[in-house]
Amino acid sequence: MADVAIEAEGLRKFYGRVRALDGIDLRVPVGTVLGLLGPNGAGKTTAVRILTTLLPPDGGSARVAGFDVATEAAKLRSKIGLAGQYAAVDENLTGAENLEMVGRLYHLPKGEPRARAAELLERFDLSDAADRLVRTYSGGMRRRLDLAAALVARPPVLFLDEPTTGLDPRSRLGLWETIESRVAGGTTVLLTTQYLDEADRLADRISVIDHGRVIAEGSSDELKDQVGGEHLEVTLESESDVEAAIVALEPVAAERPALVEGVLRMPIKQRRGTIAEAVRILNDAGIGIDDVAMRRPTLDDVFLTLTGHAAESADGDGDGEESGGER
Amino acid sequence: MSNFRHGISDTLVLAKRSFLRIPRAPDLLLSFTVQPIMFVLLFVYVFGGAIVTPGYDYVDFLMPGIIVQTMAFGGFVTALGLAEDLKKGLVDRFRSLPMSRSAVLAGRTLADVATNTVSIAIMIVVGVLAGFSFDAPVAHIAAGILLLLLFGYAFSWVFAFIGLSSSSPEASQSLGFILIFPLTFVSSAFVPVDSMPSALQAFAEVNPFTIVVDAMRSLFLGAPAGNSVWAAVAWSIGIAAVFAYLSVAKYKRAVVR
Repeated sequence: MADVAIEAEGLRKFYGRVRALDGIDLRVPVGTVLGLLGPNGAGKTTAVRILTTLLPPDGGSARVAGFDVATEAAKLRSKIGLAGQYAAVDENLTGAENLEMVGRLYHLPKGEPRARAAELLERFDLSDAADRLVRTYSGGMRRRLDLAAALVARPPVLFLDEPTTGLDPRSRLGLWETIESRVAGGTTVLLTTQYLDEADRLADRISVIDHGRVIAEGSSDELKDQVGGEHLEVTLESESDVEAAIVALEPVAAERPALVEGVLRMPIKQRRGTIAEAVRILNDAGIGIDDVAMRRPTLDDVFLTLTGHAAESADGDGDGEESGGER
Repeated sequence: MSNFRHGISDTLVLAKRSFLRIPRAPDLLLSFTVQPIMFVLLFVYVFGGAIVTPGYDYVDFLMPGIIVQTMAFGGFVTALGLAEDLKKGLVDRFRSLPMSRSAVLAGRTLADVATNTVSIAIMIVVGVLAGFSFDAPVAHIAAGILLLLLFGYAFSWVFAFIGLSSSSPEASQSLGFILIFPLTFVSSAFVPVDSMPSALQAFAEVNPFTIVVDAMRSLFLGAPAGNSVWAAVAWSIGIAAVFAYLSVAKYKRAVVR
């Protein structure tokens, strides 16, 4: 175990003829964040369910916090926290009662569940609502409470399955900050998301999965580099100048510029001075410029290139085939 | 040993959770207070006059039967609650915790015993007001109440299995009613078995409901018991054991819907 918190080899899971997981390898060093990125139905949730012992794999093996998911499930569970796509909290209990209940079920020492509950409610900005029934909570409050519940026992390994799906931007930011502070404190996190900015911000490494397989793995920058380096984008005042501009920009472009949705887009030969050079060339040619920008590929581009479809193209409601949809 | 201790404490934590729900979402309270009262009044005053029960006033004949029926249905809260927990992902949370694998189910079924106790008390009061009177030693009456609670507990496990097997809380409720209504009606609970057509009669005679109702009539009214009391205890324990085993096995593999 020592330095690897989550390790999976060749994980497989079949639902009838559907290969939800078709041989997945993962390796998450202690104190780092792995982002599992993939479209709906890619197998993200299935992977989390196997790693949290909720689902037995049909093949392969995995260890979390040093314990085997198949043979040491009971010990493994005391080392993990799980916050799922659902706000899995009891609506008929108060916020404080929910957290205390979870603390008791982790068998924390006497007195500790209550103290932990108060502490977490404070940290998640829920102190004022601590004694209100959860059914009066907003969606964002429920999610915060759900994440708090996952943290009750200070687990060294945290699984977050689409933790911010359906949250407003402010709550999202708040959750991100909380996750970051856990990681700073040494917690290992496996995060699934279909939001690329989320993976970009939180994850040290990203595994892109599609159709139950890891199709790319690396840091956010490495993945972006796989797709290609920086591009120059030029928007002209008049579309009638496009041909002239293409010819004129030849000295800075590594390939012939392409017109995409009214924007001239081209890979460049070198980064330094290219924008100034492009502006000078176009001015000299008497071509009016509306906008010039240097653009790095985003994870969206990575995703599109790797999977052939955009990340959020589908219905936006979790991993369809395994959760059966909604609530 | 610490596993066992944790099992007990987990069960109590979850029983408390089920119990807290009652005053907070009092809609369910109707089903174990108003509904039994309604049934007693309906049968005594609407059907009672038309049903011939040799040897008994109808209200005396009815009360043991109708309390047994209420016990059998008392566990529907467990089915409903489990189906909701599944739907909302709470079962996932519980299954990811280092807690006893049976505590979620044991906690809910335990909470049912408390609500069943309330139901029994209410029904006895209403029954007495409608003319019911015990005709047995206090020890027998007490034993009868224990038997009712045991039988109710067994059916809580049946409902636990139904709740874990059905696709939604609504489905769990109708599934429960479809399975249990025929069992209670084709028994000695509401009418003498020998008034039924022979095919039904054959079924009613081996129906565990008949056995439990007969046991209750002997414990509350001093009717000849035969082996019915021990048979009723055996049936209850058997049903509880089988469905507890099936339910826990099902729970371990439960998946969010």
